[in-house]
Amino acid sequence: MNWLDTILQGVLLGGLYALFAAGLSLVFGIMRLVNLAHGDMIVLAAFLILVLVTTLGLNPFIAALIAMPLMFAIGWALQYFLLNRTLGKDILPPLLVTFGLSIVIQNGLLESFSADSRRVFAGSLESASVNLGPVTAGIMPLMTFFSAVTVIVCLNQLIYRTSVGRAFRATSDDPVTAGLMGIRPQRIFAMATGLAMVVVTIAALYLGTRANFDPTSGPS
Amino acid sequence: MTMAIPSFTVETRTRASMLTAIAVIALLLLAFAAPFIVSRGVIQDLFFILTMLVLAQNWNLLAGYAGLISVGQQAFVGFGAYTMFGAVILFGVDPVVAILIAGLFSVALAIPTAFFTFRLYGPYFAIGTWVVAEVVRLLLAQWKALGGGTGTSLPREATREMIGVNMMRDFFGMKASEAGDALTYWLALILVVATVGFIYGLLRSKQGLGLAAVRDNEQAARAVGVDARRMKTLVYLATAFITGTCGALIYVQKARISPDAAFSVTDWTAYVIFIVVIGGIGTIEGPILGVIIFSCCRTCWPISAPGIC
Amino acid sequence: MALLETRGLTAAYGDFQALFGVDITVGAGETIAIIGANGAGKTTLMRSISGVLANAPASILYRDEPIGALLAPDILSRGIAMVPEGRKLFPSLSVEENLQIGKYGRKVDGPWTLDSIFALFPILKERRNNPATALSGGQQQMVAIGRGLMSNPEVLLCDEISLGLAPVVVRDIYAAFPSIRETGASIVIVEQDIAQALKVADRVYCMMEGRVTLTGRSSDLSRDDIHKAYFGTEHHELA
Repeated sequence: MNWLDTILQGVLLGGLYALFAAGLSLVFGIMRLVNLAHGDMIVLAAFLILVLVTTLGLNPFIAALIAMPLMFAIGWALQYFLLNRTLGKDILPPLLVTFGLSIVIQNGLLESFSADSRRVFAGSLESASVNLGPVTAGIMPLMTFFSAVTVIVCLNQLIYRTSVGRAFRATSDDPVTAGLMGIRPQRIFAMATGLAMVVVTIAALYLGTRANFDPTSGPS
Repeated sequence: MTMAIPSFTVETRTRASMLTAIAVIALLLLAFAAPFIVSRGVIQDLFFILTMLVLAQNWNLLAGYAGLISVGQQAFVGFGAYTMFGAVILFGVDPVVAILIAGLFSVALAIPTAFFTFRLYGPYFAIGTWVVAEVVRLLLAQWKALGGGTGTSLPREATREMIGVNMMRDFFGMKASEAGDALTYWLALILVVATVGFIYGLLRSKQGLGLAAVRDNEQAARAVGVDARRMKTLVYLATAFITGTCGALIYVQKARISPDAAFSVTDWTAYVIFIVVIGGIGTIEGPILGVIIFSCCRTCWPISAPGIC
Repeated sequence: MALLETRGLTAAYGDFQALFGVDITVGAGETIAIIGANGAGKTTLMRSISGVLANAPASILYRDEPIGALLAPDILSRGIAMVPEGRKLFPSLSVEENLQIGKYGRKVDGPWTLDSIFALFPILKERRNNPATALSGGQQQMVAIGRGLMSNPEVLLCDEISLGLAPVVVRDIYAAFPSIRETGASIVIVEQDIAQALKVADRVYCMMEGRVTLTGRSSDLSRDDIHKAYFGTEHHELA
């Protein structure tokens, strides 16, 4: 049953990539912003979780819960004060600014944490696994996968069922007309990036507990 | 009522342009003579600047003239470099010949790539080209004969016995390593001249006019009969050839390759975009000015952090 | 007392000046029409009032408060809603969602709710779940007007609502205006269709080349006056 196992592991790993992509796609979908620093944001969030775990001795999951509002604030401010200024018809300015941001984050992390590989330890959960008939699956990969499904379902509900979601879609269609509806596109964009950073934090939790990471592992 | 009809004269060879031409030729002669004048370290720096200039001119042609904003040009740098390594290591081809083969293989890569990415528009195109570069990187990292994920080095004798190196040793009394640096430097200089010449010629031709029309308003250009898709494909393939050649040349000089370095988005695309944008996008002088500013920045603020440079 | 007023309003796009000192007043519950040929500055006037162009600090007054420097969301929250030229529906949203989003920035109880808009334009109820852009031009215009009404505005600005629509469709849309007037809202209509504009408006402003060339009660204006103000023969003789 080797091939079945391979497929299962592949699907579960796919969950992690789905988490990586969900935040990126939220930002791109609403403001057509190609965020080249997205990978570095994930690594930044992983370091944030690492700091909370090592200095306060917290469980990684609690640490991620604390990191979420922090990352939301970082994302919100980043979009509101920096990235909003780059948006426009030309796609080059956001590309350049996020390239620069990527380099700034990498070097900032290198200065603070050195180039060593780090890892967040999740205790006994890491080695735990469940038997699913012919194959076994690790608890962490399973949690990753179901978190990804939950995140995507929640985002979907938010975008298609709520008033804020309507504002997201309307702003994505036409920011000027959205303004006439009382929507402030700048704030909508900031909120979207903040939300993307919350998803990034969830992704970072699973990235950090699954494998080693270092300040330069963002782009890949 | 009489109207004064202004009489126009068009002069293409003015005194100023003659002087500029003379200055450029003098500068080129000086540049060709550089290996006899300055130290090896300076030649290596100049080599780096020249290759960055070639990449910048290419990206400028793509983005500034054809409106194709690509963040995946490292695909061709890396692919060209790997083709050269493959030709040298597996088939024992001379590195200088392998550089040209690398250019041709890059075009071969660009054809299927264009097929996919040209279906995309604007930011989607940018992301698409990046995805292509990542796919090529991941595939080549699987190639065990060329070192897989960790990379490999060129055999020492291959670079020592390149076409021209022996000749240069005999004629100029250079050491093999010195001769190798001088040779790659001259090749880079020739590549710069050829690239700038090609772009200059292209922009002054009928095709160049079509290209400018496509960039400014694609629909209007199509309406007057410019085949926008053909123009863009032509530019894309031409830049793939030059970028691949340049990538191979860079790695003949480096003599050591790894997938992460050869397909580095920062080195081969981010810095290149920086050069073009700082110097002035959509002009031939822009990348030249940009590369000067870029190399000044690097000299003034050397980057010491590992993995970034 | 004027509810909404512009005093010597000027506006420019870069070097190109589009409005040269425009004075307009809109009373509470009044319907006024602004007519003029292409390029007269009508749409620029609407964009200035609605906050899309926010560059005239002192020259727009609403309830005696200067609102010229405010952005579109602030203007809407004060009770001035806009039906933009070309309808500008959101293609990603359904008909119902397009209507719902109209009250995003101003949630005020009043005569206009989803139900009362469906009563005004029954066809929209049938097609409430369709994507807004799947509707015909006339139906889309109904959605755009409904979207403007959802915030229960005190002033509704309608920019070129008959543009590109068949006369019979235009008549259907204008048939809704008496119901809108009954709620007490002021309406500003920008129109190129002079006959239609005169029928619904209490007063008319005629604009040409960024200036108001004629103003008066709809019933008092002669065909000749309007013709001169619209095409500018008179204007050029004076100048």
